[in-house]
Amino acid sequence: MARASDIVIRVEHLHTAFGSHVVHDDVSFDVRRGEVFGILGGSGSGKSVLLRHMIGLYRAQRGRVLIEDEDLAQAQGRTRIAILKKIGVMFQLGALFGSMTLLENVRLPLEVHTGLSEDEMNLIARMKLDLVGLKGFENYLSAQISGGMVKRAAIARAMALDPRILMLDEPSAGLDPVTSAGLDRLILRLRDALGITVVVVTHELASIYTIADRVIMLDKHSKGIVAEGAPADLRDHSDNPWVQRFFNREPEDVEANNA
Amino acid sequence: MTAAALKLDEATPGKTVLYLSGHLDAYSVSAVWSDALRILRAAPNAPLVVDCAAVTYCDGAGVALLVDLLRQPRQPGAEVTVENLAPDYRTLLDQVDPASYRIAPTQPPPRLPLIARLGHATASLIHESRAQISFLGDAASALVGALRRPAALRWRDILAVAEEAGVNALPIVGLVAFLLGVILTFQSAIAMRPFGAEVYVADLVGLSLLRELGPLMTAILLAGRSSAAFAAELGTMKVGDELNALETMGIDPMRFMVVPRLLAGVVVAPVLTVYADLIGLAGSAMIMSLFNVPLVTFVQQVTGIVGSGDFFGGLAKSLVFGAIVAGIGCLRGIQTGSGAAAVGRSTTSAVVSGLVLIVFADGLFAVIYYHLGI
Repeated sequence: MARASDIVIRVEHLHTAFGSHVVHDDVSFDVRRGEVFGILGGSGSGKSVLLRHMIGLYRAQRGRVLIEDEDLAQAQGRTRIAILKKIGVMFQLGALFGSMTLLENVRLPLEVHTGLSEDEMNLIARMKLDLVGLKGFENYLSAQISGGMVKRAAIARAMALDPRILMLDEPSAGLDPVTSAGLDRLILRLRDALGITVVVVTHELASIYTIADRVIMLDKHSKGIVAEGAPADLRDHSDNPWVQRFFNREPEDVEANNA
Repeated sequence: MTAAALKLDEATPGKTVLYLSGHLDAYSVSAVWSDALRILRAAPNAPLVVDCAAVTYCDGAGVALLVDLLRQPRQPGAEVTVENLAPDYRTLLDQVDPASYRIAPTQPPPRLPLIARLGHATASLIHESRAQISFLGDAASALVGALRRPAALRWRDILAVAEEAGVNALPIVGLVAFLLGVILTFQSAIAMRPFGAEVYVADLVGLSLLRELGPLMTAILLAGRSSAAFAAELGTMKVGDELNALETMGIDPMRFMVVPRLLAGVVVAPVLTVYADLIGLAGSAMIMSLFNVPLVTFVQQVTGIVGSGDFFGGLAKSLVFGAIVAGIGCLRGIQTGSGAAAVGRSTTSAVVSGLVLIVFADGLFAVIYYHLGI
């Protein structure tokens, strides 16, 4: 069992509902320090909603989410800012600010939270964009680049402050395999060098096998976690039919579901 | 966590050693960055060793500091080297090529001569006018097509837009019209009182409200409220490819999105204008009663001076203003570029262009009515 100090994120008995539609029912799990943790599940299983709880955008109706033993959803003022500075988030659609260039987007967290000079911030921002393969695009607006490039720029922005926890919502979706593999390598390199914890919400099995130490799998029918462990273990040893179908890419039996 | 620090060792002749220590991250690295650069620049001809043996943590910001030191232009034989950096952090540094971050001297973009800037502005004006005329033609064609086959119109959409732009605007239009009537009457009555001519304030207010201020004020409120809303809604749809989706489904966005808004604008503006006229007159009558002019006298004065030409002239204006407000909102929405900022620009542009066109049209009406004797 992991020691308490090894646990970076703890989700306890989380219950989420939108009106009468229950998304999560009694979901609990831990994310350990320095691991790449995957959140898997079919469409509509509540992966992104879970991520939004973990970054403090949603307040739990029941249960709680602790980031390094602190409840982000309850935190206010400076405490909240201090917790948020530990987290870098990449949203599913990038969420870049359209009126700013890529360089300005990446520089923004540095401007707000550090005392660096403009030249220093510019260099850091350029290096972050270079890391995700966007060298030469510093002065482009998000509207002038492709969807995949927007995602990469969003990852660069998430990493601007070198946070201890990186949360990525579908980082590989929409990227070509070469870029996606490069991103996987980058995530592992950052984890190995800096010991950061990475939480990845994804459907990309190839990426999950490469980077994830542990995964949980959410299921929209049971509203909870149906499997937890190393991805290869789940693929080879899980006896849950849904998990089997997911890892073997088998279509769902629509007629049986509708019956 | 040890704070970032640096120490200089110049004991060895011809060699400078810069000892970096502590935690190098985005929050701490600024404490040593400028000093490190200053030391480096102070000795351009001597080799510099950056010793990182005492660095306990070095993330992207720390690596950026090292890259900044490594990228500085140096004399041959006076290179900067980084030593004793922990292997994990060395991996991060090794992925970066400091030479590729060399600072190239930048030249300010050339300033165009006045004649060129004038040319650009003229071309932009012509392009904009062409777009407006083209939109006017497209919208008119779609409108005529829709009116030929009214059954094909999406009446539910038109009613929804009319409710949003018209019914929901009643409180603000009512409030502004009432205050307009009150203020206009009060100010005029004070000026007229020394001459004992308070009763003629009813004539003044009635005529100016019905002919000019009612339609104008209503159109301005519609521009600020509905034209902006149309531009923002269509602009967001444009950014989200929804208008393109309509086209690929064989649905004309002009007919599907613009015609309902145009029709709603044309219907709602005169109705709101009549409402504003009545509320403004009510406010005026209230103030006139304070100046001992009874309601019956007020009504007699107003009906005596305001003819059907004034009333219907005001309504005709409001009809055109409604078309302008709705049309310009839709045009700016459709012209939206990419990104959230473009939607903001479209919304602003819709309101500004709408107001300019309303004032322009009002001036045109004044000339036409003068020649028609209305």
